[in-house]
Amino acid sequence: MSDGAKETSTSNPAGTEARSSKKLSRRMLLKRAAAVAGAAAGSDAIRGFPTIWAQEIKDIELRHVGVSYSVVKAIGDQAAKDLGFKVTMQNLDTSAAINRFISQPNTVDIADLEGWQAKLAAKRGVIQGIEVKKIKEFDNILPIFTKGEIDGHKIPRQGISPYEAMYISKPDSTDLHDGVTEWATFLPQVYNADSIGYRPDLVGHEVTEWKDLIDPKFKGKAAILDVPAIGIMDAALCFESAGLIKYGNKGNMTKEEIDFTCNKLIELKKQGQFRATWTTFDQSVQLMAAGEVVIQSMWSPAVAAVRVKEIPCVYAPVNVKNGKEGYRGWCNGMGLMKHLSGKKLDAAYEYLNWYLSGWQGGFVGRYGYYSPVPSTAKKFLTAAEWDFWYDGQPAPEVINDPYGVPMEKAGTKRDGGSFLDRVKNISCWNTLMDEAAYMNKRWNDFKVA
Amino acid sequence: MQPRSSPAQKSPRANLAGWLYVSPLVLVLVPFFVAPILVVLAASFFATDGFGGLTPGFTLASYVEVLHSALTLKLYLATIKFTALTWIFTLIIGFFVAYFLVFHVRNQLLAIGLFLLCTVPFWTSNIIRMISWIPLLGKEGLINQALLGLGVIRQPLEVLLFSDLAVVIAYVHQLTIFMIVPIFNSMARIDKKLIEAAIDAGASRFDIMRLIVVPMSKSGIALGTIFVVSIVMGDFFVVKVMSGGGSASVVSAFYEDVGVLQYPTAAASAVLLTLVLVAIVSLILRTVDIRQEITR
Repeated sequence: MSDGAKETSTSNPAGTEARSSKKLSRRMLLKRAAAVAGAAAGSDAIRGFPTIWAQEIKDIELRHVGVSYSVVKAIGDQAAKDLGFKVTMQNLDTSAAINRFISQPNTVDIADLEGWQAKLAAKRGVIQGIEVKKIKEFDNILPIFTKGEIDGHKIPRQGISPYEAMYISKPDSTDLHDGVTEWATFLPQVYNADSIGYRPDLVGHEVTEWKDLIDPKFKGKAAILDVPAIGIMDAALCFESAGLIKYGNKGNMTKEEIDFTCNKLIELKKQGQFRATWTTFDQSVQLMAAGEVVIQSMWSPAVAAVRVKEIPCVYAPVNVKNGKEGYRGWCNGMGLMKHLSGKKLDAAYEYLNWYLSGWQGGFVGRYGYYSPVPSTAKKFLTAAEWDFWYDGQPAPEVINDPYGVPMEKAGTKRDGGSFLDRVKNISCWNTLMDEAAYMNKRWNDFKVA
Repeated sequence: MQPRSSPAQKSPRANLAGWLYVSPLVLVLVPFFVAPILVVLAASFFATDGFGGLTPGFTLASYVEVLHSALTLKLYLATIKFTALTWIFTLIIGFFVAYFLVFHVRNQLLAIGLFLLCTVPFWTSNIIRMISWIPLLGKEGLINQALLGLGVIRQPLEVLLFSDLAVVIAYVHQLTIFMIVPIFNSMARIDKKLIEAAIDAGASRFDIMRLIVVPMSKSGIALGTIFVVSIVMGDFFVVKVMSGGGSASVVSAFYEDVGVLQYPTAAASAVLLTLVLVAIVSLILRTVDIRQEITR
C-alpha cells in the first residue's frame, strides 16, 4: 500500500500543474488524477504524505458541521486516522445548522449542506466555490449530481435538485449558475430517496402509491413528517396521488397551492387521520415500533431500524407512474466555508477527496444511504453488501449494519430495488420554497388546528 | 462579609459595597440576557429578504404581521391552556407534597430524604423523561395493556399519548418540583407554635389551612407560579414531542420561523411573548409582595 500512497502524494503537484498550464484539458488532467487515485485505492491511500506536510498539518483541525444522519463521528474518526489531522464532527438539526452557517460562519470549516442550503449559503456569501478540478473523483460522481441526468434520464427539478444547486460561475458568486462550471457550491456526499414506511401485516396490501397514507382506512394510524419544508412535499405527493390536485412544482408552490395543501391537511387532522407527526429519525422508529402507526412517511434506515426489532416493516417503492408518485430525494454535500485559506484550505480539499475515496461510501451504504461515487464505495463493500444495498439483489448472506450487527437475513431483497431504480424515480427534491414564510405560517395553522 | 464602616464614610462605602453585591448578577445578566434581548428587539424592526438576510432599518411590518394573524391568537390560546392546566395541577400536587413534608414528617432527616426523592426525575435528561412516557401511555403501553387485560376497555385509549392530556402530564411531571421547592421553603418558616395555638383555640384543620398555612405560603406559591408559567410559556419541546406534533405553542411557531430564516417575524413574536410574560409576572408580583413576604 505504501507505493500507492506515494503516488497519491504526487497527484497534488498534478493539481498545481493544472492551475499553471491551461493548455492541458481539464478532462485529461482529471483522468490522470483519477487514474492515480484509482491506483492508490484504499483507505490507507492518502496516509503517506511527505513528512514535512504531515508536520505542517498535524495541528490543523477541521470542523465538519451538519445533521446527524450525514455528519457521522465514525466517518470523521476514520478520516482523521487516514489524513493525519484532526477532524471534529458536530451535529445540529437542519434548521439549527443552516442558522449557524449563516450567522456564525467562522465557527464552521466544512458545512454539510442540502441543495437548498447550498443555494442559501452561496446567496449569503458564507461559502467559497470548490474548485472542481481539485476533486480527484469528480468525473466519477454520478451524473445525477454533476449533469442533472442519468442514463439519458433527466432528473426532475421540482424542488431544488442537487444539480440545480451545484454550480456557481466564479468562486465568490452569490447566485447559482444553471449549467456546468469549474466551481461547485457543494460536493455531494450522501443521498437517498425518501418514501413511505408501513407494516405489511397490518396494512394488508402492497403500498406503491402515496395516497395510501391519507386513506381513511388508516385513520388514527398514519403519521407524517413534521419538518414544514419537506413535510408539505410529502403531503403534496399524497394529494397528487389521490388525484385531488396537480401541482406546477411541488417544491415551489404558489400561495394557492400552499393554501389547498394546508387546508386539506387541517381537514384530515380534524377527521383524525394522523396519529402523530414526527420530527426526528428516532421518533419515526418509535411510532412504528410501538404500534402507534401502521403507515407513515419514513426514511430508509428508519425502516431498517424497525426491522432490526423484528417488527415487519416495508419501505414502499413509490415508482413514478402516470406523472404521479415518485420519491422525495435529498442529497447532502460538503461546502467549504469562506474563511478557509492556506494550509487549512488544502487540508479541507484533502478531506473532500478522502470523502469520495470510498470508505465513507461503504459506511453509509451499510445503513441504506448511497455514495455519489459508487465506483469507489464498491471497493469498501463486500460483494454481498454491494448486491444487496446497491444492486437490489437478494442478499447472498446475512447483512450487517455499519457497526457489525446483523441486520438482514440471507435472501432478503431490498425494498425499492437497485439504487438506479430508486434515483430514477425521484420526482422532487428537498427544498426551501420562495413562499417559505407563508408556507410556514400555514403549516403552523395545521399544527395548532 | 459585612463591610466595616466608620460613620463618616458610611455613604460612599455602602454605595460601593452595594455595587459590589450586585456586580456578579450584572456581569451575568448584561451580556447573557440584556444584550441578546436588545439584539432580538433590533432584529424585530429589521426588514428581511426572506433568505436570512437582514436589512437594518425600522419597520413595524413584522409586528403588524404577527398581531394581525389569527394564528397568533390560536397559538396563545393553546399555550395559555397548557399553562393554566399545568399551573393548577402543579400547584395542587406541589402544595400538598410540601405540606406533607413540612407538617407530617417529624423526622427532619427523613423530610430531607423525601425532598431529595422529589428531585429523582431530574437525574436524567428531559428527553429521556419524555420518551419514557411512550411505553407507559402508548397504544401498546402498560396502561392500555393493563386496562385491556382487566376488560375495562376493548380498544386501546388513544388519548393517553400524543394528545393535550399527554402534554399536561409531561409538564406536571417535570415542573411540580418547581412548586414544591418554594412552597416547602415558605411553609418551613411557619412557626409551629402558631399552629398549636390555633388548635388550642379550637380552629379546625380547614381553618388552619385557610387562615394560616395558605396565607403564609403565599410567597412560595407566587414564586412557584412564576417558575411554572414562564417555563411552560417559553417551552416548545414538550408540546412537540408529547402532542406527537399535533399541537403547537407560541415558541414552537417562531422556532419554525427561525428554521426557514424568517428572523424578523420570529424576533417580533419573541418580543411579544416577553412582554406578555413580563405582564403576567408583574401581575403575580402585584398580588403577592414577595420581597416583603421573604424578609418578614
